[in-house]
Amino acid sequence: MSTPITLIEAVTLALDYELGADADVVVFGEDVGKNGGVFRATDGLQAKYGEDRVIDTPLAEAMIVGLSVGMAAQGMKPVSEIQFMGFVFPAMNQIVTAASRLRNRTRGRLSCPMVIRMPYGGGIHAPEHHSESTEAMFSHIPGLRVVIPSNPSRAYGLLLAAIRNPDPVIFLEPKRVYRMVKHEIENNGEEYPLDCCFVDREGADLTLVSWGAFMHETLLAAEELAAEGISCEVIDAATVYPLDTDTIIESVEKTGRLVIVQEAPRSGGVGSQIAAEIAEKAILSLIAPIGLVAGYDTIMPYAKREHQYLPSVQRIKDEVNKGMAYT
Amino acid sequence: MKPSATFEISHLQYLDEKAKPANKLPAFAEDPKVLKKLWQDMHFLRELDRRAVAMQRIGKMRTYPSSLGQEAVGIGAGSCLTEKDVLVPYYRGTGTMIMHGAKPHEILLYWGGDERGCDYQDPLAAEDFPIAVPIATQILHAAGVAAAFKLRGEAGRAVLTEIGEGGTSEGEFYEGINAAGAWNLPMVTLINNNQWAISVPPELQTAAQTFAQKGIAAGIESLQVDGNDIIAVKDAVGVALDKARKGGGPTLIEAVCYRLSDHTTADDASRYNDKKTHDEAWQKEPLKRLSEYLISLGAVKETDLEKFLETIKAEVDKEVKLYLDIIENQPQPPEAMFDYLYETLPEKYVVQRDEVMRREGGK
Repeated sequence: MSTPITLIEAVTLALDYELGADADVVVFGEDVGKNGGVFRATDGLQAKYGEDRVIDTPLAEAMIVGLSVGMAAQGMKPVSEIQFMGFVFPAMNQIVTAASRLRNRTRGRLSCPMVIRMPYGGGIHAPEHHSESTEAMFSHIPGLRVVIPSNPSRAYGLLLAAIRNPDPVIFLEPKRVYRMVKHEIENNGEEYPLDCCFVDREGADLTLVSWGAFMHETLLAAEELAAEGISCEVIDAATVYPLDTDTIIESVEKTGRLVIVQEAPRSGGVGSQIAAEIAEKAILSLIAPIGLVAGYDTIMPYAKREHQYLPSVQRIKDEVNKGMAYT
Repeated sequence: MKPSATFEISHLQYLDEKAKPANKLPAFAEDPKVLKKLWQDMHFLRELDRRAVAMQRIGKMRTYPSSLGQEAVGIGAGSCLTEKDVLVPYYRGTGTMIMHGAKPHEILLYWGGDERGCDYQDPLAAEDFPIAVPIATQILHAAGVAAAFKLRGEAGRAVLTEIGEGGTSEGEFYEGINAAGAWNLPMVTLINNNQWAISVPPELQTAAQTFAQKGIAAGIESLQVDGNDIIAVKDAVGVALDKARKGGGPTLIEAVCYRLSDHTTADDASRYNDKKTHDEAWQKEPLKRLSEYLISLGAVKETDLEKFLETIKAEVDKEVKLYLDIIENQPQPPEAMFDYLYETLPEKYVVQRDEVMRREGGK
């Protein structure tokens, strides 16, 4: 097997693989070239593939996405990088009014096979606007896919799938996990499906669903709860839009209890959508109210206070215990 | 102190307001047949707009933006495009679009509320973008298409995009021309300065003396032309496209004309425009100017005009009938709203697709 690598290295590996495999793929964004990206996601790629494949752009997010739309309509496969999710908003116009709907607007004559990569989420003591989790904003836009890997293997397999997908994909990288864990990854170009959840731990008493960085706290909580005699099934929602609810429903039908863990603010999030769909399709299987562990409905606190905002293993365990009180 | 850089914006005009040559004409304009074809195309556009607006008044068309008074801009620019070029139009690009393969009935379908109107069937328009409604977003798409040409080494291809003068206030306009300049992209950006962004006049958009000079800040060749003079429009756009196709990089062209119509059928320009200025603009309008010139050459005879206009009306009528037949008799099935959402509809949405078919009578 190969040397274990981090999530950020898995991103680089997938980009490297696909740049090598498909001449239409170009990597595109601020500082992605010579500098290799501010997190080093594109480290070494320009040296390997040249300035026409790994392209430093002017500093303008709408331009990065807008040009990607034009290139994608020509059959190229731009993988653009927005340096931090907090800076994507100038590009929202392009994402919503152009990328997501070009196929629909032209009845399939043109399409947008493109990926927009963005580091997201808190927990690394970053400056203001560098820590938010706004995945729900994209998970409301028909025509997009929103994909969030929680670990290195998934970053590799899901990014390859995202690049090969013929439609626009928002690829959100939980930057707190960039260098947190390592996986051995065989660089064989094998992709993961973009339309199903991953069941990471089987259990009988309660279903825990999360995605992104908080998969790690969620799995940790499940581990500790197991020692206390509570058996949790843990699901990584990963492809949060369109979301595979079948896997979650199947699990809830087995366990009868559901707790959702999200880093984003409580209201209007992907968690609310999961809760709504489970209430709609599996409420009769529930023996306890659905629990949601989330960030508070506040502006993401600055670095000094972000730990008080973010969900924790203890908050997850507390919510599970609340659910377990129903029998 | 000495200047760090100096700039100038030239204004190009061949036919003056009295339809007399103000300069030596470019080669193409020496051939009356070429001018007569442009004149016919401008008449066609004017009649198409007239019918579209008339249909809107009786409920057979939705909101429609007319090109009245601006025919020289779209027809002149569109006439310069080849089958290798790509057009990235904006919402008032009817003239340019019909010159590059989009069928008039397709454009009517779009404004009539049917997505099929952007599925251009003519191979000439196969790679052209659909009409951009969100202001200035198209400038970036054009730069992206041009970047694809450049990255792939597809010499001999260029992109033409259009925008209104109000649209140049958008950040995305500057981002697009800036990228085109930074990467020397084969892209021509045409500003239709028709004096109105709905109700807002140029002096409220910018303190700049011209809209063309906005290109200076992007480091690209920029000029202004008389947008009522189709010879000037065609010459400037033609030269710029040719330069782009040869690797010479981008150009920004401002065509100055006057919007003689309302902004769209949903607007009433009498609320904000000045009647005197409006009436004066009718004296300068592009079709009148070219007609007078062609009559002075003897290439058009006043006695033939009535018959000619009947022919144009009949041609437009064919397209209108085609449009009405499709929109009234061949509607898209309700499930069509799902058909092009993704290349393959995610399993999750099949139940919604089934529901709309069941409720609305799908196939």
